[in-house]
Amino acid sequence: MVTAAKNGAALTLSGVHKNFGGIRALSDVSITVPEGRIVGVIGPNGAGKTTLFNVITGAFHADSGSIVTAEQIITRWPPHRIARAGIARTFQNIRLFSSMTVWEHLLVAQPRQGASLRNLMPIRWANPEAARRAEDALSFFGLEPYRTAIARTLPYGIQRKVEMARALTSDPKLLLLDEPVAGMNYDEAEDLRALLVGLNQRGLSILLIEHDMTFVMSLCHEIYVLDFGAVIAEGSPNKVRNDPVVLDAYLGAEGAC
Amino acid sequence: MMSTYYAGLLADIGILLIGTLSVYVILATGQLSLGNAGFMGIGSYIASFLTVEWHWPLTVALVISALAASMIGIIVGFPALRLKGIYLAIATLGFGEMVRSFFLNFDRMGGSSGYHGMQHISLAYIWLWAAGIFLIVTILERSQLWLELRAVHDDETAAGLVGLNTTHIKVGAFGFGAAIAAIAGGLFAHHYVYIEPGNFGFERSIDFVLAVILGGSTVGAGAVVGAGLLILLPEWLRFLADWRLAAFGVLLILVLLLRRQGILDRPLLAKLTFRSGAW
Repeated sequence: MVTAAKNGAALTLSGVHKNFGGIRALSDVSITVPEGRIVGVIGPNGAGKTTLFNVITGAFHADSGSIVTAEQIITRWPPHRIARAGIARTFQNIRLFSSMTVWEHLLVAQPRQGASLRNLMPIRWANPEAARRAEDALSFFGLEPYRTAIARTLPYGIQRKVEMARALTSDPKLLLLDEPVAGMNYDEAEDLRALLVGLNQRGLSILLIEHDMTFVMSLCHEIYVLDFGAVIAEGSPNKVRNDPVVLDAYLGAEGAC
Repeated sequence: MMSTYYAGLLADIGILLIGTLSVYVILATGQLSLGNAGFMGIGSYIASFLTVEWHWPLTVALVISALAASMIGIIVGFPALRLKGIYLAIATLGFGEMVRSFFLNFDRMGGSSGYHGMQHISLAYIWLWAAGIFLIVTILERSQLWLELRAVHDDETAAGLVGLNTTHIKVGAFGFGAAIAAIAGGLFAHHYVYIEPGNFGFERSIDFVLAVILGGSTVGAGAVVGAGLLILLPEWLRFLADWRLAAFGVLLILVLLLRRQGILDRPLLAKLTFRSGAW
């Protein structure tokens, strides 16, 4: 019987398996994100990285194994409960709400106070606190010029920011980022890195999937390497960088392309 | 004094507006219901039974019928969760026809020969309800709940992953829409003082959907425009005599070609009401 261990981990996966038909997407995956750390997951395409995120956030359920936050066992929870337990995510292909302005994105994910009459009243009037938090997020991400724009019509880099801002307005303890620098130029990636370091220093734990090795190596405290759905190496960036198994499976393969 | 002709048209618009809003709130979650005439029929028969047989005041009867229809709406909403798009539309269509044939065989309230004995209501009473429900929807549109409905409409998976209980939202919208449709039904019964199952057939469900699509499916105010046009256009086109329904069809197609989102949408409404859009 797995219990929610008070081991100071924001997230612990133990022996997680996930099959799709006959395909083994995740095989005995055990990953720990210690509180206040930035952990990276790398691996070749199709290694199971996005499946890992989908299993953590409840989009799919694991076939076996357990997923535990600092307080609760969330293995078989539906997505909305997992999100409310403090796990927020962004997507590899940005998923914004097509009809919503930037401002509305910053309101929609905020934590609710249960079934309150306030939820039925105009937000500005009934819940100035939520409006203030949205305002904070707007200025924190420098999104003020885009307040009333439909988020999906904005440039790619701005959309990424909106998505991350939406994730952060839910006040998460753990942030999952699926290839956050994909499609970004060097300066944008550097900005994002500084942002993530800042958030991390304020206590946010982060688990990120990324192809950009420089980005991962310079940001993460710990790295897990996935290949064919299994963890083949883990440790500090330095240790992983020099692991022959990793060089063979991943870096070697990349060098060959 | 208003002529009975215009009073009749206005009453029709008021009732259609309520029916249109009942489709609108369900559509706000991305679910298309072609069965709202069924909920209207349920409301109509329950309210009529309560006022005629038990002599209850109409307002109380309307509230009770709305609550009953809302419970049925929630029951219908659960199986509807497994269906999307055209499949959901067909399933709700089936529900509507089921309700119609239930009342066709419900001899206790007249069956196919209909039911009467209701007291006629004033135009003002109809519009009091129509305006009240419209006001409630307008207030809701600025609420946290409505943002959640729109999130489910736009991307259900992402909505769940940002912490929204999509099941509650979708089923709740069905329950709310059913309640509104039932009010339209109760008012219809006490305006025409005679009801029969054929009043609540497929065509009426289509009318509701047409009014939403025509007026604009992304803002509640679209329902006012849609309901008004759906009743008034055929009247204005009377000079075309037998061709008027064909002309109406052409106009409808033109609107959809030129403005797929309907006549009113959020940017246009913001302009008309002098708001910046940053609510």
